[in-house]
Amino acid sequence: MADLLQFLVSGITVGAVYALLALGFTIIFNASDVVNFAQGEFVMLGGMITVFALAAGLPLGLAALIAIVLTAGIGVLLNKLAIEPARGAPVVSLIIITIGASIFIQGVAQIVFDKQIHRYPGISGDAPLRFAGATILPQSLWVIFGATAVFVALWLFFTRTLTGRAVLATANNRLAAALVGINTRYIMTLSFGLSAAIGALAGLLITPITLTSYDVGIPLALKGFAAAMLGGLGNPFGALVGGLLLGVLEALTAGYISSQYKDAVAFIVIIGVLFVMPQGLFGRKSTERV
Amino acid sequence: MLTVEGLRSRYGRIEVLHGIDLTVASGEIVSVVGANGAGKTTLLRCLSGVQPVSTGTITFRGDLITTVPAHRRAARGLAQVPEARQIFTNLTVEENLRLGAYLFADERVDKDMAEAFAMFPILKEKRNLAAGGLSGGQQQMLAIARALMTRPSCLLLDEPSMGLAPILVAQIFEVVKGMKALDVTVLLVEQNAFGALSISDRGYVMETGRITFSGAAAELVADPRIREAYLGI
Ligand SMILES: Nc1ncnc2c1ncn2[C@@H]1O[C@H](COP(=O)(O)OP(=O)(O)O)[C@@H](O)[C@H]1O
Ligand SMILES: [Mg+2]
Repeated sequence: MADLLQFLVSGITVGAVYALLALGFTIIFNASDVVNFAQGEFVMLGGMITVFALAAGLPLGLAALIAIVLTAGIGVLLNKLAIEPARGAPVVSLIIITIGASIFIQGVAQIVFDKQIHRYPGISGDAPLRFAGATILPQSLWVIFGATAVFVALWLFFTRTLTGRAVLATANNRLAAALVGINTRYIMTLSFGLSAAIGALAGLLITPITLTSYDVGIPLALKGFAAAMLGGLGNPFGALVGGLLLGVLEALTAGYISSQYKDAVAFIVIIGVLFVMPQGLFGRKSTERV
Repeated sequence: MLTVEGLRSRYGRIEVLHGIDLTVASGEIVSVVGANGAGKTTLLRCLSGVQPVSTGTITFRGDLITTVPAHRRAARGLAQVPEARQIFTNLTVEENLRLGAYLFADERVDKDMAEAFAMFPILKEKRNLAAGGLSGGQQQMLAIARALMTRPSCLLLDEPSMGLAPILVAQIFEVVKGMKALDVTVLLVEQNAFGALSISDRGYVMETGRITFSGAAAELVADPRIREAYLGI
């Protein structure tokens, strides 16, 4: 029982990060139909920029802010330099562009930063807390809190602000959005910036637990993609459920079977979803997309 | 209000508009009628800026807008009710209308919405329902109401009668006719030539990307060649 609780705790922690990755996939997919495999690089950048900003002597709060802002800027550049010029290209080409961008960002990170594995102390230290026979790092609570805050803030943004509704409108019908005066290019740029910022936040929160290096992005992107597919690509609520589910499945597999198989879970999920329910758990019906 | 000169447009290598000239004066209702595939939708898409123009010019209220992006044309008062309505199916009726006024955040938004609900009471009844669940006629009303929320001086309508029962067709044409009272100039594109011309001041007949006839709507309805080809009389 204590084991199970322990697995659930670590599953939910990692799952919260997958949920944020899946949310990034979802936001960009909705705004532009692009499946952005560079999403994992945003997580890497969030962690790595924080590491180097801390090393330069900045306080954690400021380091984190710089990491988020810079990463958001890189997300915007990705859209402006790689995605926008290819507007109208087939979806597969756009996906390949994002994979290329991902490899490029990784290469640059290797040069600008280094090839070492890094971490920094958790926000509230690294002394584990105990309850009901399980231990939990205070940083896990920060990860879960951060993910919750992002989902709540985004929900408010989409339901309470006109700009948020313009994003939903663009996702729903780009032609009609342009006809009522929405600058759909700006919405796309906003979506890339937002997704990148969310990725960076996930990265800087999880780094004290899972460590980071220049090459963590691609495996994370695959996990985030699996989570998004599981929840239903394009649905923020699906991203949340898909992320948590994938994290818990991984943790249970690692705990009860073998940690060697942990990474296979994401691939089994991707294949399973593709065969059994291509819409995912909460995917929109394909008829709704005109 | 709106002047089009020598307009050409293509899909890839295939040119579908071969030099269109047309004018709409302030306060007029003007129709462009023609068979399926004539290029009516492409013409309206060029006017609203969602379709590239190869050559030719579009002038709106004295300004050349040929290369102005679509969202800026909406801001200038040129609104389009697109083919097949294109409402925001996942959003509520009220959200659709609010997005029509996306460019505005003043008190007039509420006033305009109240007016839209007065014009289409059924939309008020269904204001909190997802727009995708509306019937075809209701969706058409929503598309028109949403376009009016953009505070247009000129409204482009693409086959608003398409796929509707005859009683609804008559109702929609009445609504279009009512634009005069709202000081909104109308360019109406229709396959339903008789219905469109009967509420119009002037009309153009379009065949495979060219204007072949133009004149006062009453003259066009009376012209034997047009009666035979388009009015099925
Ligand atoms: N997206 C498109 N790609 C290629 N050809 C198109 C496209 N849309 C329309 N066409 C062609 O352009 C011509 C004009 O079409 P359209 O403007 O839709 O006519 P209408 O609205 O009068 O029925 C037709 O021959 C049609 O096949
Ligand atoms: Mg058409």
